[in-house]
Amino acid sequence: MIFGRSERGKAPVEPVTLKILVAGGFGVGKTTLVGAVSEIKPLRTEELLSEAGRPVDDTQGVEGKHTTTVAMDFGRITLRKDLVLYLFGTPGQDRFWFLWDELATGALGAVVLADTRRLEDCFAAVDYFERRSIPFVVGVNCFDGADRYPADSVRQALDLDSGVPVVLCDAREKESVKDVLIGVVEHAAAAAAQRRQPAVT
Amino acid sequence: MSADGQGTQEPHHWFDDEAGPVVRPYAMTRGRTTSAGQHRLDLIAVVVAEQRAADPVADQTLSPEHVDIVDLCRDSPQSVAELAAELDLPIGVVRVLIGDLVDDELVHVTRPVPPAELPDESILRDVIDGLRAL
Repeated sequence: MIFGRSERGKAPVEPVTLKILVAGGFGVGKTTLVGAVSEIKPLRTEELLSEAGRPVDDTQGVEGKHTTTVAMDFGRITLRKDLVLYLFGTPGQDRFWFLWDELATGALGAVVLADTRRLEDCFAAVDYFERRSIPFVVGVNCFDGADRYPADSVRQALDLDSGVPVVLCDAREKESVKDVLIGVVEHAAAAAAQRRQPAVT
Repeated sequence: MSADGQGTQEPHHWFDDEAGPVVRPYAMTRGRTTSAGQHRLDLIAVVVAEQRAADPVADQTLSPEHVDIVDLCRDSPQSVAELAAELDLPIGVVRVLIGDLVDDELVHVTRPVPPAELPDESILRDVIDGLRAL
């Protein structure tokens, strides 16, 4: 159905799977970005939380609601029969950091989507990936009607390391999103090469 | 994520889907939240049906959800995230169910290779080429 139906009696192809995270503030276009390149309609996985959300969520009037559901949207790009890339939109609320840890483990890299009208919404994501040395690219989602700023201004406003790529993009456009993702992989490859260097010399 | 925006004046009644599943999710795992001997499965770990898993329905010890997982994986290997989405079950529940199936040797799980441990960069090159070709 998904990786090509295997014939009976023949071992199915076990693909190499990779993941890229898509982070950013609420409503910045994470799911839109995933949907622009995914070969499937973004799927939703959920995790039930019984404790973590309780002190924060206002459950007044909904007595009996003891669990909170965190949804993560994801999409899939089958690059080859044996090579599949998954895109995971991270949960928007900051208090679900522990889910980020799980998502970020083994991630190839990340896209931090930014909206220039609410740049502060992506500070937390930038900080998260910097601290964990996860290669990331900042994608400035150019909303209709929002002022445009050059990439360098955004870089300065976010106080990014000079090595972090900043790209202007349109999360609705497949070609634009492809460029962002290629940027992530290239950045990850460069970071990996840099890590290898000291080991050799 | 918080109160559904409803007023707090009147008691709120839930109907149909709003009331949640008829069977509470972790009832399907008989209350277990982890399975013995299983590391936490990554969302992109791939679940592959074993050849002997020809007719899981015949196995009376399996729940319908177990059978669904085996059926889906027999069609083609599936990631943990896709199984959860397809079956509309929380990730945690699906992990436990997959653990059971691994114990029963009906499926095996291929763990993803962390990018830092990729043997060489050619795979990243392949990813870039694949993205360009989309």
